[in-house]
Amino acid sequence: MSTSISIENLNVYFGEHHDLFQAVKNASLSVEQGASFGLVGESGSGKSTILKAITGLAPQWDGHMAIEGADLTHKRDRTFYKTVQMVFQDPYASLHPRHSVDQVLTETLHLHGFDDINNRINKLLLDVGLGPAFRFRYPHQLSGGQRQRVAIARALAPEPDILLLDEPTSALDVSVQAEILNLLSDLRSEHGLTYLMVSHDLAVVAHMCERVAVMQNGEIVEIIDVADMRAGKTTQDYTASLLHASANRVA
Amino acid sequence: MSTLLDVDNLWVKFPTRNGIFDAVRGVSFSLGRERLGIVGESGSGKSLTGRAILRLIRNPGIVEAGHISLHGENLLDKSEKEMRAIRGEKISMVMQDPKFSLNPVMTVGDQIIEAYRLHAKASKAEAYKKSVEMLEAVAIRDPERVMKAYPHEMSGGMGQRIMIAMMLIPNPEILIADEPTSALDVSVQGQVLSIMDKLVKERGMGLLFISHDLNLVSQFCDRVLIMYSGRIVEVCDADKLHEAQHPYTKGLLGSLPKFDEPSDRLQVLTRDPAWRDAPSVEGRA
Repeated sequence: MSTSISIENLNVYFGEHHDLFQAVKNASLSVEQGASFGLVGESGSGKSTILKAITGLAPQWDGHMAIEGADLTHKRDRTFYKTVQMVFQDPYASLHPRHSVDQVLTETLHLHGFDDINNRINKLLLDVGLGPAFRFRYPHQLSGGQRQRVAIARALAPEPDILLLDEPTSALDVSVQAEILNLLSDLRSEHGLTYLMVSHDLAVVAHMCERVAVMQNGEIVEIIDVADMRAGKTTQDYTASLLHASANRVA
Repeated sequence: MSTLLDVDNLWVKFPTRNGIFDAVRGVSFSLGRERLGIVGESGSGKSLTGRAILRLIRNPGIVEAGHISLHGENLLDKSEKEMRAIRGEKISMVMQDPKFSLNPVMTVGDQIIEAYRLHAKASKAEAYKKSVEMLEAVAIRDPERVMKAYPHEMSGGMGQRIMIAMMLIPNPEILIADEPTSALDVSVQGQVLSIMDKLVKERGMGLLFISHDLNLVSQFCDRVLIMYSGRIVEVCDADKLHEAQHPYTKGLLGSLPKFDEPSDRLQVLTRDPAWRDAPSVEGRA
């Protein structure tokens, strides 16, 4: 198996001069092709920032990042976005309120130079379990779970190899969360996708991923197999305390 | 157990273009000196139930009930002025997100002092002292500094603790907490909950804890009402939540990914239209 995402000594900064803040410190990780890798940690630990650095939404970074063997520079071209796509946390905020589902998907497909747009939209909607009836709806006519399905369809439109998932279910009810997580598992096996998933919910990450990086204050504290984490074989105190906090939330 | 609050046949309605929409449909329950949880998904009417008790449903929303009685006095008969004396002093409410519930252009100190002086006849100096004590009680280090700070200078967990301090300072008998910890990290959640738990126990308050998080409620509360589309479908003891009988409760529990029991697929909840039509279960202890 080849390496899909490789990150070495990544530093990400926000602000400048005396306001400079280092959000990610010396992070290294690698994800095999077809694998599902999780990033967990508290808010502000830098887990989403790593995803942003990969997609080019956090331009101040140094270190080394490579996608499918190709080094990333500070500019991203169209082939990059054909390989890597992102699904955001809040489906209420990530869809344009005045664009119908059809417009959202057409725009993406058009940008990536596809021609049989009509067929592709129908296929994408079927892939995410919505069906063609939803094609001309606006976001306010959809429930939270349906919106997240549209956001996933948009991410799948350029036929990417890698999906970056930033808390894809934390804005949703548990019953809807189950549907979306099942959908993501199905899509991964059908399309052979690689996932890099951020979540603050250890149970969700453990369900979806095989390996997990635990982050604290911008640093990766530990990278651990989910099986080992379930067995409590952690090497770092912080991971153990995070496990404890999520199991017994009432101290 | 003495009953503090009794809600009888509560309805919350909203007129829409397509007729009247019933958001809460005939809910009855009572609250003693206990921790009562209300769980349900978004749109189940759990937050509206909490707000209706304080008569915080705005026009054009309509609240109807047999009675909402606090110590036998019906809150529905009160004038708006009388309600203002009840809000905060007798029943107070902690909202979900401190970012939207604190005044961004007032210092934390001024806000807490205002909350106290509205209900207690106290000098400014006295109120200041009391506010600092209250911030200490919610485990805020360096309360003198926090008193001078603005809400945006606080983290989410601190903001939520400040909210709790502000709601508890008039010493209410009932605290309604609407998703008080869902904007917080798990590690901070624990702290905030244990502070709330300690204060509620010490003061013998009644707590109405509204949440979508089943596991949290089963660990934290004494009794749980499960709401579905505006009705109570099941009432059970919190520690027996995992033995719940109603298919909706079972389905919700089953759809959670479990850390200890890995499975390839998660259970998906299939909704039975009969759940919607079944009469509400009475939630009196």
